[in-house]
Amino acid sequence: MQLVEQLRAARTKKDILLMTHLVLGYPSFAVNREVIHQMVANGVDIIELQIPFSEPMADGPMIIKANQEAIANGTKVADCLAFAAEMAAQYDIPFLFMTYYNILFKYGVKKFLNKAREIGIRGFIVPDLPPEEGEEYLQLAREFDLAPIQIFAPTSTEERMRILARHGAGFIYCVARRGVTGSKTEFDASFDAYLARCRKATDLPLAVGFGISSRADVQILTGKADLAVIGTATIRLVEEKGPEAVGPFIAGLRG
Amino acid sequence: MDKPGYFGQWGGAYIPEVLYETFRELKEVYTNAKADPAFWQEYLDLMGSYSCRPTPLTHADNLSRHFGGAQIFIKREDLNHTGAHKANNVMGQGLLVKRMGKTRVIAETGAGQHGVACATMAAKFGFACTIYMGEEDVHRQRPNVFWMEKLGATVVPVTTGSRTLKDAINEAFRDWVSNMDTTHYVMGTVCGPHPFPEMVAWFQSIIGQEARKQIIKVHGKLPARVYACVGGGSNAMGIFQGFLTDPEVELIGVEAGGKGLDTGQHAARLASQDASPGVAQGYKTMFLQDADGQMRDTHSVAAGLDYIGVSPLLTDLWEKDRVRFAAATDQEVMAALDLTIKKEGIIPALESTHAFVQAFKEAGELAPDQAIIINQSGRGDKDIFTIAHAFDDPSWKEFIRKKGEEYAAR
Repeated sequence: MQLVEQLRAARTKKDILLMTHLVLGYPSFAVNREVIHQMVANGVDIIELQIPFSEPMADGPMIIKANQEAIANGTKVADCLAFAAEMAAQYDIPFLFMTYYNILFKYGVKKFLNKAREIGIRGFIVPDLPPEEGEEYLQLAREFDLAPIQIFAPTSTEERMRILARHGAGFIYCVARRGVTGSKTEFDASFDAYLARCRKATDLPLAVGFGISSRADVQILTGKADLAVIGTATIRLVEEKGPEAVGPFIAGLRG
Repeated sequence: MDKPGYFGQWGGAYIPEVLYETFRELKEVYTNAKADPAFWQEYLDLMGSYSCRPTPLTHADNLSRHFGGAQIFIKREDLNHTGAHKANNVMGQGLLVKRMGKTRVIAETGAGQHGVACATMAAKFGFACTIYMGEEDVHRQRPNVFWMEKLGATVVPVTTGSRTLKDAINEAFRDWVSNMDTTHYVMGTVCGPHPFPEMVAWFQSIIGQEARKQIIKVHGKLPARVYACVGGGSNAMGIFQGFLTDPEVELIGVEAGGKGLDTGQHAARLASQDASPGVAQGYKTMFLQDADGQMRDTHSVAAGLDYIGVSPLLTDLWEKDRVRFAAATDQEVMAALDLTIKKEGIIPALESTHAFVQAFKEAGELAPDQAIIINQSGRGDKDIFTIAHAFDDPSWKEFIRKKGEEYAAR
């Protein structure tokens, strides 16, 4: 089943889906394993696995630190692939890779996408690869039936959103606000107008991320978006309270 | 034909979606300015009245005699206002910021030259200004931090990554994705996403335009070789553009050899075997990176050359064998600096001195009726802390110790 069909099917049973995120190798693969177990056990619908990169330009302080420390701990791309293979084999929910383009480019885009498909990864989020630069990537993703997730931003025009949607599959990642990951988002009237523009531009499910950290945030998004994306919040939680705090946190996000 | 923003296979615009509209606007304003002769005239007038353009071409007759070969000429970008070629770029971008109606500028800086130039431009044009500078560079280049702050800029020490130039660029981008409505990112070099490489090269082309006229006037013909140091590559692209269509002029880019190319502690992307193609900081070029694509730590005595990537324009010219690349070690730089100060009474910046090293190695191969030009991209007298430290100067150390005691006693 294609990713978009799988998400639509899941959405018929839930008012809003949850996508969570973690940085591979931070603080360790053992902790990653425990965190994913708790996420899946508490109903997370899809997980993005960030392969660390030394120059995470679109990320905020918390995820920058996670990227840096994962690399400093000796995390290699090969380790990330092996870990992702293990997770995809163990759990039924879809897993995506999130990373910056250089990781794919250096490995070889075709080789990397082929490997991802083999190990059961369902799609990619590559924030520094606009469709204009990603011709090879987009073509191979279609060929390999991987979803090249496209990103909408509040600064995107309607025309631009339609162009991006044409290249996308799976769902659209709507960045909730300007700025980088990890700081607070205000859900005001201009946010609603933005989401309405996103909805008009595509039939794909809409995921909203950046600054989503609480049950209240998820409630606001319910009925407006199809997926809520929890990123920095769980990384901070693991750091402050340990991996065992993740389960109750996730369980409490949806009523 | 190349894709827009590409030079051969290098360049591009690998930007997050949130900046797509910002880049569209920037490209539009740049394209219109380039097509408008009045804009370039306004730029020339500004550089003539506010900076010291045209900068002189100095015949270094003592050095020429010392090496007994080619006549050595020095293009004096150090005599620009704020002491480096960086002024050419920031004043040009400042005029574009006025056209866009933005009120705030941000910039990265390594050596602090671009930061000082940008803070100066912001003071003159009435913009708010924030400068991102790696924490390690803040310590290396304290006098420039002092001047940026005096000029009204906020200087933010960057503590992520290797705490140098690349990390300052990442932080500047993170600011920009939040504040693009009011803010322009004044990239300091011919790197980053399109249109920055091409646009910064356009403003810096003023160096080559002047140098070509000047050398023909004093020497009667074109130079045999032109030398420039290469960090990101803006001063090199600036002077090289004056001679790109003259195949008889050999162009030499000199990178930071640090502690030696075989030590791994250097910043030589094109002169060493250590770099490979990659995409980071918004563009595709040769990067110093590991097999996974993680950027490596670089080293140079000159903060302005201590960088993982190099201009896509230069990588293309290197690949097409139009520009030859060499590297100068920290040690060679200190010796060439000492010689230049003593022989000519000229103090080049540590960055610029890299070009002098290679020119000195080659001057003797050429005949006295041939000329070479060295681009002195900046002045070294405000690198006084770094240079005094590198020379391990005893009386300077004594002075600093006494000054420290004096402040401690208050």
